Amino acid sequence: MKSIKIKADNLNVYYGEKQALFDVSMYMEEKQVTALIGPSGCGKSTFIRCLNRMNDVIDICKVQGKIEIDGNDIYAPDMQVEQLRERVGMVFQKPNPFPKSIFENVAYGPRIHGIAEHKSDLEEIVVTSLKKAALFDEVKDRLYDAGTGLSGGQQQRLCIARAISVNPDIILMDEPCSALDPIATARIEELMGDLKTEYTIIIVTHSMQQAARVSSRTGFFHLGKLVEVDKTETIFSNPSDQRTQDYITGRFG
Amino acid sequence: MTDRIEQRINSLNKRLNSEKRFRIYCIGAMSFALAWVLILFLNIFSSGYSAFYRTVIQVDVPFLNLIEDTTQFSEMSSEDINNLSMYSFSKKAIYGLFPDIEEKKDKKMLIRLFSIEFEQEIREFLKSNKSNIDETETIYLTASDDVDQVNKGNYPRDLDEDKRRIKDIQLLFFDDLVDRGLVSYEFNLPFLMRGDSREPELAGVGGSIVGSLFTILVVLILSFPIGIFAAIYLEEFAPKNRVTDFIEININNLAAVPSIVFGLLGLGIILNTFGLPRSTPLVGGIVLSLMTLPTIIIATRASLRAVPPSIREGALAVGATKMQAVMHHVVPVAMPGALTGTIIGLAQALGETAPLLLIGMVAFVVDVPQTPLDASASLPVQVYLWSESAERGYVEKTSATIMMLLGFLILMNLAAVLIRRKFETKW
Repeated sequence: MKSIKIKADNLNVYYGEKQALFDVSMYMEEKQVTALIGPSGCGKSTFIRCLNRMNDVIDICKVQGKIEIDGNDIYAPDMQVEQLRERVGMVFQKPNPFPKSIFENVAYGPRIHGIAEHKSDLEEIVVTSLKKAALFDEVKDRLYDAGTGLSGGQQQRLCIARAISVNPDIILMDEPCSALDPIATARIEELMGDLKTEYTIIIVTHSMQQAARVSSRTGFFHLGKLVEVDKTETIFSNPSDQRTQDYITGRFG
Repeated sequence: MTDRIEQRINSLNKRLNSEKRFRIYCIGAMSFALAWVLILFLNIFSSGYSAFYRTVIQVDVPFLNLIEDTTQFSEMSSEDINNLSMYSFSKKAIYGLFPDIEEKKDKKMLIRLFSIEFEQEIREFLKSNKSNIDETETIYLTASDDVDQVNKGNYPRDLDEDKRRIKDIQLLFFDDLVDRGLVSYEFNLPFLMRGDSREPELAGVGGSIVGSLFTILVVLILSFPIGIFAAIYLEEFAPKNRVTDFIEININNLAAVPSIVFGLLGLGIILNTFGLPRSTPLVGGIVLSLMTLPTIIIATRASLRAVPPSIREGALAVGATKMQAVMHHVVPVAMPGALTGTIIGLAQALGETAPLLLIGMVAFVVDVPQTPLDASASLPVQVYLWSESAERGYVEKTSATIMMLLGFLILMNLAAVLIRRKFETKW
């Protein structure tokens, strides 16, 4: 058994009056891909955004319960959210590169955290990150062109490079392929396979095939509840809950 | 079957016709608006362009009558020249145009062809050419407003004499001077350089241009940073609750407050309570800043709101603080919009009159202000002042001032467009 990286305990999340997550408890293993599936509005995005406290941005969002990363409560009062996000990177549904050069996009994180002391260090980080994101060969001649000028798939890989530039332990991916065509999607999936040797990856996806292809464990969310979480093969071949069975066979959602 | 097709074609023709009519209405509306703008510009331009040149009359000044040897002038200081008594000497030089006239009354009429400052003009000529004065020098003296207007053809010469300011004998003198080729035009540089004057031919917009520039400078220095910071706070940092809703409503209300109310505020608080100097660009700028702030805040907030939230999330997700996300990523993208809003606000402030009337910038100011703490007029107030004056010379000067004001406004709006084009973020 792999060691546990993230552990959520009785997590309840409210948007104002509305409760979005009900008593979610699950763990995620280190250097593995964990997939979260479920119909739209089931709370899987809300859950993933709790893991790097992106929900703090939303005024009316209230989180109860406990999330531990490496045994530390990330909602503890002395936890600094900027530091947390340095360790827990995130890639969003729609590619969102900054309207700056490709280089600046990747260099921004290391720069604000003071990771690179010299310009040469910074350049090295940018090149390594772009290489890890399998983008370097395509952009090495135009590092100072606008990141927004890249194709959708390249932009998303640029965002992955940006996320790994600060050397996180965990990468959260919120439907990273939903805006991409099948070829770009295949490249990102391939990339995930490479990245999981170094990073713990949590991916939210609408594509059950994608979850089956990339993940080792899968959690199924429905109406704000975590219905079932298990090994990916088990979920897709022999789920224990009827709702999971219905969902993966396409009866709803 | 064919019936149905015919029916469809008919209905389609109907729709296409109504679209044509709609386009004609739209073009008509646009042409109507454009025609009025054209009429306005033509009207102002046709009555204002003549203020940019002025009539001067050539006079031979026999400096030898003032001093035994004209080379002595070069040894005199400016003060010495100021102390020279030159009034009757200057008058005699002008009488020299018509040596035959004897009557005192006629001589007086001749002198009145010239601007009241003829002595001063001769003295200035002497001062600036003192090392190089011949026995007799030809000097171009400013004609009086009446002569200037007659020369430009703006004056009805066929009125009865007692209804005219310019008398028959003066017209005789004038026509004779024209025949002798002594009357000419020159570019009206004093109009651009000088302050206001009771004599139309000597009045200039220089003072009000400088006054307006100082005022706009004060507005820019005060309202740009305050407006931008207020907008950033309200849009990015303020919690969304009743207090901020209330503030937002009131900022929008403030944008709609009649500008004269800001003038009253300036009079009551800035002048009377804080005792800042009356009639100055500083106070005018403070009052106009209050008026410009809501415009800047609203424009900046709109352009901040137009920045996609995904950019903020992207920055936060790599561990940027809220301020870093805002200052590094959101504000640069929003800046062109904020600058455009600021320039439009400044253009509004530049054309604003009412609040300035109340804080005393309507004063008659002869000197060109040197600092924002000197009493001064401003361009729109100058228009207001001159449009009330009776002399004909002020008519063209009023229009010319409006032309300058419009020129500045067009320049500012052009700058806004260029900034937007140049710095707009391409996604």
